[in-house]
Amino acid sequence: MAKQTPLYPAHLAAGAKIVDFAGWDMPIHYGSQLEEHKQVRADAGMFDVSHMLPIDISGAGAQAFLQKLLANNVAKLTEPGKALYSCMLKEDGGILDDLIVYFFAADDYRIVVNAGTADKDVAWMREQASKLPGGGNVTINPRRDLAIIAVQGPNAQAKVWAALPGSEEASKHLKYFQAARFGEVMICSTGYTGEAGFELIFPAGRALEIWNALAAQSIAPIGLGARDTLRLEAGMNLYGLDMDEHIGPLESGLTWTVDFSAGRDFIGRAALEAHPPTRQLVGLLLEERGVLRSHMPVFTAHGAGETTSGSFAPSMNASIAFARVPVGVALGDTVEVDVRGKRLKAKVTKISFVRKGKILIQAAN
Amino acid sequence: MSIPTNLRYTESHEWLRKEPDNTLTIGITDHAQEALGDIVFIELPEIGRIAKAGEEVAVVESVKAASDIYAPVAGEIIEANTAVVDAPDSVNSDPYGAWLFKIKPANLDDIDALLDAAAYAKAIDD
Repeated sequence: MAKQTPLYPAHLAAGAKIVDFAGWDMPIHYGSQLEEHKQVRADAGMFDVSHMLPIDISGAGAQAFLQKLLANNVAKLTEPGKALYSCMLKEDGGILDDLIVYFFAADDYRIVVNAGTADKDVAWMREQASKLPGGGNVTINPRRDLAIIAVQGPNAQAKVWAALPGSEEASKHLKYFQAARFGEVMICSTGYTGEAGFELIFPAGRALEIWNALAAQSIAPIGLGARDTLRLEAGMNLYGLDMDEHIGPLESGLTWTVDFSAGRDFIGRAALEAHPPTRQLVGLLLEERGVLRSHMPVFTAHGAGETTSGSFAPSMNASIAFARVPVGVALGDTVEVDVRGKRLKAKVTKISFVRKGKILIQAAN
Repeated sequence: MSIPTNLRYTESHEWLRKEPDNTLTIGITDHAQEALGDIVFIELPEIGRIAKAGEEVAVVESVKAASDIYAPVAGEIIEANTAVVDAPDSVNSDPYGAWLFKIKPANLDDIDALLDAAAYAKAIDD
C-alpha cells in the first residue's frame, strides 16, 4: 500500500493521474505534462513534494556532526536561513543521497532529503552519530509531520505573496538558497526547475488550506513528469538516475559541492582522494531526430559512456540528456548515442540547458 | 474512450481502416495516445517496405516513453503521413484522424482475424 501526502485529495480533485513514486502515490500529471512544463517556464506552477523528508539536526554537536557527515562544508553557513547543497557519502565515496541543509544556528539545522532514500538516510545519520563520543551531542528528528509545496516560475514569488498575506515582508529580502521563518511556514528560495520561486515547508495539517490559497492565485498544479523535464533542462541531477551509491560526486558533475579544505575530515574524503575521477557527467544535445532516454550507450573518441537521464526538452523543442563519459571528452565534441539500435549524433554541452526561462544551449534545427 | 465501430484493432493498440481501394490505413487508438501522454516524436516506415505481420515499422515517442508500432497484417507500405511527423501532438488530439501509414495487404482476408470494436473494448478493459 503506497503512502499518500496530505495533498492527495487535492490531486484527485484536480484530475491528477497518480503513479507510484518511491512508494508514494504521486501525481505524474494533471492532463498534459508539456503544458505543465510550459506553465512553469512562463508563469507559475506548484508541486506537492511532501514525500521528501525534512530532518532537524540540533544540539551542541550539530555543526561538527554535519561537517563529518556531509561532503560540502556547513561551516560556510554563517547567516541564519542560508542553505547549502551537498552530497552525503559512504566511506567508499559513493553517494547515499543529495540534499539541502539549512542553517539557523550552530546548534540548529534542517536537512531536506529525497523520498526514496529517506529511511536509509535517517538510519545512516543515527549510525554515524552513535559512533561519536556522547552520540555526537546531536538530536536527529525526522519531520513527517511537515508538508512541502514548491512554487516555481517567473511569477511564483509574487503569487505566493498574494496567497499568504504577510509573507512578502518575511521573504522579500531572500537571495537564492536562503530561507526565512514566516510564522510556522518556512519560506525557502530554492527549487528544482531553474526558475525563481519558493519551497514552503509547514505543518501538514495546513497543507490543503495553503494549496487552495495558492490555487486561488491561479497557480497551476504541476506533476512529477514536468518536474523531471524542468530539472533536466535546468541541469540538476536526479538521485537514483544520475548518481547513486555506486558513483561519487566527482563523476556526477558535483565537484563544486565537495569541500576539500585542509583539515576537513568528512566521510568519503579518503576514498575520493585515492581514486581520481576517470569519468565525468556532461550534457548532450541530440543533433538528429529522436529522443534520448536513460541508459543509452554513448560512443566517444575516448571510449564508451552511458546516458543517465534523457528526455524531450519542451522549452528547446529538442532532445537532451546527461551522460557519464570518459574524462577526455570535451565540450563541443560530437559523440554518437545508440538510440533504439541506431547511432545518432549528439553534441557535448554544459549540463545546464535552460535557466530563468532563457535557453542557454541552442538546438541546431 | 473513443473506439469507432467501423475500424479493426490489434491488441498492441493499432487501429486499421479498410479503404474502398482495398488498402489499409493504420494509426494508434485513443487508448494508446492517452496511455502514452504528450507525443513529441514519430518515425514512420519507408515507402515500398515489405512488412510481415507483427513487424515493428514505426515508433511513437511521448515525453515519457517510446512505443513501437507494428504492422497489423503483412503487406507493402505504400504511404506515410508526414504531416504527423511535423505535428506529433495531432495524434493526441485526433488519434483516428492522424493516421500513420498505409499498407497494401498481401492478403486482404488477414484483417478478419483482427479485433472488432467490441473485442478491443473488452481487451483494454481487462
